[in-house]
Amino acid sequence: MTTEHAEQLQALVQEARGQVDQAEDLAALDQVRVGYLGKKGRLTEQLKSLGKLPAEDRPQAGQAINQAKQELQALIEARKGALERQRLNTRLAEERIDVTLPGRGQQPGGLHPVSRTLERIEDLFASMGFTVATGPEIEDDYHNFEALNIPAHHPARAMHDTFYFDARHLLRTHTSPVQIRVMEKDGAPVRIIAPGRVYRCDSDVTHTPMFHQVEGLLVDEGISFADLKGALHDFIRQFFEKDLDVRFRPSYFPFTEPSAEVDVQCVQCGGSGCRVCGGTGWLEILGSGMVHPKVFEYCGIDSERYTGYAFGMGVERLAMLRYGVDDLRIFFENDLRFLRQFR
Amino acid sequence: MKISVEWLKELLPVADEPRQLADRLTMAGLEVDAVALAAPVFSGVVVAEITDCAPHPDADKLQVCTVDAGGADPVQIVCGAPNARVGLKAPLATIGGALPGDFKIKKAKLRGIQSFGMLCSARELGLSEDAAGLMVLPSDAPVGTDLRTYLGLDDQVIEVDLTPNRSDCLGMVGIAREVSALTGEPYRFQPPAPVPAAHEDTLPIRLEAPDDCPRYVGRIIRGVNTRAETPVWMQERLRRAGVRSLGPVVDVTNYVMLELGQPMHAFDLDRIQGGIRVRLGDKGEQLELLNGEAVTLDGETLVIADEQVPVALAGIMGGEQSSVTEATTDILLESAFFGPLAIAGKARRYGLHTDSSHRFERGVDPQMQMLAAERATALILEIAGGKPGPLIEAVDQGRLPVERKVTLRGERIHRLLGTAIEPEEVRGILQRLGLTVSDGESPWTVTVPPYRFDISLEVDLIEELARVHGYNRIPVTHPASPITVQPRTEERVLLSRVRQAMVDRGYQEAVTYSFVEPRLQELLDPDHAAVPLANPLSADLAVMRTSLWPGLIKAVQHNRNRQVHRIRLFEAGLRFRGKLSGLSQTATLAGVITGTALPEQWGADNRPADFFDLKGDLEAVLALGGHPERYAFVAAEHPALHPGQSARIELDGKAVGWIGALHPALYEALELDSPVLLFEIDLDAVQSARVPGFHRLSRYPSIRRDLAVVVDDAISHREVRDCVHAAAGDLLTDLVLFDVYRGKGVEASARSLGIGLILQDFSRTLTDSDIEELISRVVERLRQDLGAQLRG
Repeated sequence: MTTEHAEQLQALVQEARGQVDQAEDLAALDQVRVGYLGKKGRLTEQLKSLGKLPAEDRPQAGQAINQAKQELQALIEARKGALERQRLNTRLAEERIDVTLPGRGQQPGGLHPVSRTLERIEDLFASMGFTVATGPEIEDDYHNFEALNIPAHHPARAMHDTFYFDARHLLRTHTSPVQIRVMEKDGAPVRIIAPGRVYRCDSDVTHTPMFHQVEGLLVDEGISFADLKGALHDFIRQFFEKDLDVRFRPSYFPFTEPSAEVDVQCVQCGGSGCRVCGGTGWLEILGSGMVHPKVFEYCGIDSERYTGYAFGMGVERLAMLRYGVDDLRIFFENDLRFLRQFR
Repeated sequence: MKISVEWLKELLPVADEPRQLADRLTMAGLEVDAVALAAPVFSGVVVAEITDCAPHPDADKLQVCTVDAGGADPVQIVCGAPNARVGLKAPLATIGGALPGDFKIKKAKLRGIQSFGMLCSARELGLSEDAAGLMVLPSDAPVGTDLRTYLGLDDQVIEVDLTPNRSDCLGMVGIAREVSALTGEPYRFQPPAPVPAAHEDTLPIRLEAPDDCPRYVGRIIRGVNTRAETPVWMQERLRRAGVRSLGPVVDVTNYVMLELGQPMHAFDLDRIQGGIRVRLGDKGEQLELLNGEAVTLDGETLVIADEQVPVALAGIMGGEQSSVTEATTDILLESAFFGPLAIAGKARRYGLHTDSSHRFERGVDPQMQMLAAERATALILEIAGGKPGPLIEAVDQGRLPVERKVTLRGERIHRLLGTAIEPEEVRGILQRLGLTVSDGESPWTVTVPPYRFDISLEVDLIEELARVHGYNRIPVTHPASPITVQPRTEERVLLSRVRQAMVDRGYQEAVTYSFVEPRLQELLDPDHAAVPLANPLSADLAVMRTSLWPGLIKAVQHNRNRQVHRIRLFEAGLRFRGKLSGLSQTATLAGVITGTALPEQWGADNRPADFFDLKGDLEAVLALGGHPERYAFVAAEHPALHPGQSARIELDGKAVGWIGALHPALYEALELDSPVLLFEIDLDAVQSARVPGFHRLSRYPSIRRDLAVVVDDAISHREVRDCVHAAAGDLLTDLVLFDVYRGKGVEASARSLGIGLILQDFSRTLTDSDIEELISRVVERLRQDLGAQLRG
């Protein structure tokens, strides 16, 4: 190969390199490729003209041309990669969004705090094997009072300010009639809770004419007051998720004997005394007791064989303590500013 | 029941501080509401006597008093009380002393005259609300004595909120017995000694309703000075118990009631014609009561009558005509046992609740009448003089409550409480409570005195044991019970899941009252008559809801009035339809939306929500059961809904609810101004579900063909769908509606529906000719049955 020829090849590569570097997009780069390496490209032409060289020069010249070709090919590939990266970067830059903009679409609502609390109570008792039972809200005197050992004119009736429809029909004042209905129907053993609306003819800062209760009933052989303490201890601590002190205090309900009010250490002050607990350090949250033998008698259950416990709690009261609500009446105004706080 | 600790200490030793005692009572079931000082803190107040009074030279309403306060020199006090007069004894707050609220007493000049202290009213000392004048002290009050010492004011009052079963604790003696049971200290109760008769005057007493009143004890006392002053110790005990002093005779009867739990009454003997008849009042009979109110008797109320007229509502309140006044000299004392059932509920019937009715309806000790009469006689003689006659007792022994014998088994105690109580403790507790326990081992026979109306069964005894032993000493256990699987059907969607679906669709749950305003309900659900409450709390909560819509609409109004315009609410609860006999109480789900379809946001238009937004939400909930095809929305009219935008919801052809836009005619009446959409559906229908059943999948490709068919507006989408399904047969695996078009190219009374048919066979790949044949069959059927045309 002549020096002249080698210089000529060198100049060609040099020229092509300049064009590759100047190609601004993939199309321009491809034109450069075609111009040098295509069928009629200038380097391709060089190969074609090898035949004109003396035979002994051919291998050396061919090698040089091929080397130049490969060199150029590598340059083009590198440039191509750079251009593709550039193109992707441009696209990525163009497609950039403000990820802090809010997402689109519907936003979830929420359960009423009473439902939220009820579901929590139901879940906790479900884990202890209780199933949910329900009953009518317009009740008869028999199920609401009589069968619960509250005969007509019993002073305990004065504790229930009852809404009446006529002499026999009323709005249930507690969910206890559900236990009567369940025992009448299924007998013993029983393990239920009865959540629902109850009504008292009373309205002031701390009373609404409608509120919610959860009644619980467990009847089986060998159920004792100590078992009642066990169930309510566990429930209260799980409900509040705190190891609160719980105390059982004798009280009176016509349908249980012995009867107990259950107080919990004040969730607000921890027992030192505050406005929430009226300075006593205790909050009264539950009524409970062992099912009265007369109630068993009304339901046709043998009270010698079976014993059982029952309890009842106010759902709004628990919700107020759990979520720090200090106004009972707001529960039934259905003000969205209130409801949304329980999402 | 308010317990003076000092009074209690006269009946038994009390080692507890008042707070400790209160805790002890509370933990034994006598819940203490409050522990209060018998009098607020004050100091330097002494008994003083006004020895001279002169008008203030520069003030009409003031007097310049010279007061003997027990010191060497008289004290000059300027006083504005209208009852300041020479000889009056009253409390004097001396210089350096302090009145309640730490109000320091200093020398003061009132309109130019020096005053060296302050004569006080009862109100200024925090002893009562009486601010009419100076507190009048008895004429024998020792001048110069510290008032707190004189009145024994360093006492505390424990207020117990007694449960209705514990009538035995409605007297101090009963409280002492209870405290004795709790502390083990014996209590002292000296039955009052009989008072010998000073004359033989009696009157006839007839028990004409012996079931209601099996014992009536009377006594005539002649020559009573009803103007005598009640001694200050008794006045103070009455005051601390919350009872006003009303003259010596009434004070004594009230005092004996507080002490022994036996309500009493005294009549002016001159006003009693002949004798006493304890009988049922005649319907329509009139009686003017002590409180000035006249009542008309209902024929079921027990009264005390003389030979002519009723003179008292038995056990509730005396009559005005026969009451003891300052003019009375001869009295008839009454100490009776009225049965709880005779009194229960009666006082309420006349709008009354008295200390007396409170006790009788809970049960008074049937053995207490003679003792109480003796006690009251002795006190009256001591305070107001007089000559007693013999006790007159009318009694029907057979109808008096008697002792009961109850069997108590040791093992039953253990079984019910989950812990054993030692026989010795059992015996000790019951005996201290006044019960008698048979000797030997369990089972015991326990004799219960008649004043414990709450103990008649073994469990009642066990409760007594448990509460005195201490509930907190009973262990905490868990029952050993077999693990059983609770049934849980898959053919029902849980209510919590339904609620959650609504929440996820952007609804906030509401809880509204079950009773509503009749007018509002009449507007929203005129077709159903509501059950009215006999005693509603107010006119706007007067009838039971027949629909959940009135409550939800009220909630919408509430929020709109608070500048919230986009509202999505739902509620689940009972609605009440029908008459009381045959009433249906149906669990119902209802929802309401108003405002924009989506919350205000970027990138979406703020179009108002419409029928299909609500329908979409409801359909999503109905789809939970897995059989959406069983529900249908059938165009139908409802009085509260827009007739062109309302549908009856059906499940398997049975009506289960309504959905639609609120009728435009109702907006004004409901004070609403933007479209409101509502639905209501039986929860049972929503919760209905199927257990999924597998269908095998086709291995051959599916093919989609789209059609645009023009149908008249009278033809519903549902009809088009059903028609396509019927014509296409089993090869049609899905049908989508992708467009509804109106406008250019389509007649005004019609629209074009864009439907996509997805076709698939189980046994082979469908060929073009299969599909052509099927599509032309569908098109032809649509044309024939519904007059539909392919859109050109």
